[in-house]
Amino acid sequence: MLELRHRGGCPGPGGAVAPPPREGEAAGGDHETESTSDKETDIDDRYGDLDSRTDSDIPEIPPSSDRTPEILKKALSGLSSRWKNWWIRGILTLTMISLFFLIIYMGSFMLMLLVLGIQVKCFHEIITIGYRVYRSYDLPWFRTLSWYFLLCVNYFFYGETVADYFATFVQREEQLQFLIRYHRFISFALYLAGFCMFVLSLVKKHYRLQFYMFAWTHVTLLITVTQSHLVIQNLFEGMIWFLVPISSVICNDITAYLFGFFFGRTPLIKLSPKKTWEGFIGGFFSTVVFGFIAAYVLSKYQYFVCPVEYRSDVNSFVTECEPSELFRLQSYSLPPFLKAVLRRETVSLYPFQIHSIALSTFASLIGPFGGFFASGFKRAFKIKDFANTIPGHGGIMDRFDCQYLMATFVHVYITSFIRGPNPSKVLQQLLVLQPEQQLNIYKTLKSHLIEKGILQPTLKDE
Amino acid sequence: MTELRQRTAREPDGPPEDKVAAASGWARPGQRRPREMRRGRCRRVLSPSDPLSRPTVAAGLGSAEGPGVRGPRGARVAGQQESESEAKVDGETASDSESRAEASPPLIPADDTPEVLNRAFSSLSSRWKNWWVRGILTLAMIAFFFVIIYLGPLVLMIIVMCVQIKCFHEIITIGYNVYHSYDLPWFRTLSWYFLLCVNYFFYGETVTDYFFTLVQREEPLRILSKYHRFISFTLYLTGFCMFVLSLVKKHYRLQFYMFGWTHVTLLIVVTQSHLVIHNLFEGMIWFIVPISCVICNDIMAYMFGFFFGRTPLIKLSPKKTWEGFIGGFFATVVFGLLLSYVMSGYRCFVCPVEYNNDTNSFTVDCEPSDLFRLQEYVIPGVIQSIIGWKIVRMYPFQIHSIALSTFASLIGPFGGFFASGFKRAFKIKDFANTIPGHGGIMDRFDCQYLMATFVNVYIASFIRGPNPSKLIQQFLTLRPDQQLHIFNTLKSHLTDKGMLTAAAEDE
Repeated sequence: MLELRHRGGCPGPGGAVAPPPREGEAAGGDHETESTSDKETDIDDRYGDLDSRTDSDIPEIPPSSDRTPEILKKALSGLSSRWKNWWIRGILTLTMISLFFLIIYMGSFMLMLLVLGIQVKCFHEIITIGYRVYRSYDLPWFRTLSWYFLLCVNYFFYGETVADYFATFVQREEQLQFLIRYHRFISFALYLAGFCMFVLSLVKKHYRLQFYMFAWTHVTLLITVTQSHLVIQNLFEGMIWFLVPISSVICNDITAYLFGFFFGRTPLIKLSPKKTWEGFIGGFFSTVVFGFIAAYVLSKYQYFVCPVEYRSDVNSFVTECEPSELFRLQSYSLPPFLKAVLRRETVSLYPFQIHSIALSTFASLIGPFGGFFASGFKRAFKIKDFANTIPGHGGIMDRFDCQYLMATFVHVYITSFIRGPNPSKVLQQLLVLQPEQQLNIYKTLKSHLIEKGILQPTLKDE
Repeated sequence: MTELRQRTAREPDGPPEDKVAAASGWARPGQRRPREMRRGRCRRVLSPSDPLSRPTVAAGLGSAEGPGVRGPRGARVAGQQESESEAKVDGETASDSESRAEASPPLIPADDTPEVLNRAFSSLSSRWKNWWVRGILTLAMIAFFFVIIYLGPLVLMIIVMCVQIKCFHEIITIGYNVYHSYDLPWFRTLSWYFLLCVNYFFYGETVTDYFFTLVQREEPLRILSKYHRFISFTLYLTGFCMFVLSLVKKHYRLQFYMFGWTHVTLLIVVTQSHLVIHNLFEGMIWFIVPISCVICNDIMAYMFGFFFGRTPLIKLSPKKTWEGFIGGFFATVVFGLLLSYVMSGYRCFVCPVEYNNDTNSFTVDCEPSDLFRLQEYVIPGVIQSIIGWKIVRMYPFQIHSIALSTFASLIGPFGGFFASGFKRAFKIKDFANTIPGHGGIMDRFDCQYLMATFVNVYIASFIRGPNPSKLIQQFLTLRPDQQLHIFNTLKSHLTDKGMLTAAAEDE
């Protein structure tokens, strides 16, 4: 128990966390009853009280130390504090955007690594908050188990991705074949090992804390890891499916802020008092326009539009293909009211631009709910920012909170409206079946293709 | 706030009884409680900061988590501790502390033993009475299980769904009690709504996969299944946005906790139940043998522990012993072998469940696969000398059943330990009191969690590959050039394997 009480010295991105006076008093109150009462009740009850108190009783976790680089501080030392903050935010925003462009230039592999890095950092940030909230940094085994579960779930998802998208690459190597075929079993066995370790690590006085951290880890995994894998699947569909949604969300953030700054008057929601209706609506319209234009610009380049494929001969990712219909200019006849406004009969657009309107609409109307969720979370646990990784902005999670829902939406959108399942995945599953089943399917497919006229009946001589 | 105050009036079953206390002869604490609570309420309003009034009130109420595990002294002391911390809270209103106090009784589940049984066993001592109640209920549950199997797969699916809903309800109720959040705005509605969404998503996927022909026929079903993921996601998003909009200023943390609690519960309960249904579709034997193995392991481990138990197994569950564990393991493996031998003979258990379009019902009729045809195995030399047989005729499925029984006896109990740890963490004796003598539905099904997932993963990895009708369905949604590409690849693959000859192509 000593470690739990002295956790004020807990390492981590934050500074010293002052033990709140109430917990200390309750702990003091424990001393008289400790010798006589059931020892199990002590810590768990204390945290039980922590659970059931209303928010006003929870002391605030002081913000982490300021990590603004010295050079910026010196450059801006002359300005007042408010403008200094504004400039720091601005410079960091530009830095992040240029970093984003640089990585796009470097290719899809780097983007995947970036997504993986962000996922790990987000996981770390949320878990650290959990440690702070429950003062459980020194629970036995728990840090190890959290990272182990992260590894397991990532292994499971990456294995599924590799199996689906790199079927040809996988067919070559024997060991990989074995790993792919029994992938689910291996992942499940790894997860089970972690689960059994958790059960064996339950310590008498800390049951409740351990269960809380277990649940916290799982919910965090659900949020961060599934989203990041959906992002990577979107990326494989074509880099434009990765770039346009993310840029729409970023644009919505920035333009809503600017509109709110200049025109904001009516508050939007109690959770985030700085957000205004003017910002919300202005951001919506500018994001739709931005998405429209960005889609137009990006649709021209094969680099963005083609699905990412792995070529075994060059052993790297290539994006080269015949652009699908979505990315070929088509003429649309304008509806009458637009005809009058624009004074043109038809306009040539990429069909993708129509889809981009849907994506931008989602980014501006529903994406902010992800931000409100994160704001509510921060208020619930009385933290100002998730971490202090990016000076002026907070942690990585602060930047990516609106992106959660976006990644899932784009993935669902693609699978429902754009394309069906992944062909190589279907092929790979076909090859795994029993031979009789394969033969049955072959006959069914053949009759179907002949019906549709895709396959000519006379080509039987091959 | 009036609802919070009046919530005690709504509690069912009259004065709650503490089973442990009653068993140990502590006379009817429940009867004291309503009067004391009323007294406490008046006292609180009069002198909320009076530290002297609290210990007695809180002691009478016990702590919020229920006194099931501790004796009377522990309860009083814990109540004292809670009241001390309460006394030190500044910004708390009287109504908040009331809600905490009044929330405590509901956790003590009432004794549901039917009167019939009570009267029949009134003469026996309390310990044997408990044993007999448990025994009779065990037999009743097993008989019920047989009846449902007889009724067929549709009834089984409905039962699985009901069990799932009841488990969800039990765990969520524990969450409400732990966090005293029964009256959070919207939260009960949102929890049930999320359960509905996730079930809709999973059932839709199952129906789309397994009843492809049925779905293709009906136009509305076809649209629902084509845009199934989108519709499910929209429904979930609506719930998510409602949650965000329902965040109330003082209760953010509670609401986030309940949100997290709901999602973890959904993850455990709903995914497991759908894996169970997938196993069921593979063939009823894949549903019955694993569940029976877990039940058998429970019973056998209990028996072996009862008669031979000496060395404790794990601190979490002090009643479990190594003798019970190992004895249960061997007994379960033998039981699994025998049961699969018996069941493999019948088509109704062995065939995959299919939906027949003509009769509009589920049928189990097929040519049994290789797994369920008797084959001769040569016994290794070691066992030959013991048994004296050279060869034995077994179903290959029996070999698989050894794997299933091994998992059920070695890893299955970890699910039980997890549930025991959970109950200790939240200081409850049982999840609920639905089944007299046994506790809640979750108490019976805690070892089954991991089993269902294991069987599903086992089937997918070792028994069969992906579902052929699902593949056909996915194929038909691809573009024509992709379809042609796949068709040609498949053709060359089959030709390589010699499955396809030029002559066979003429059909």
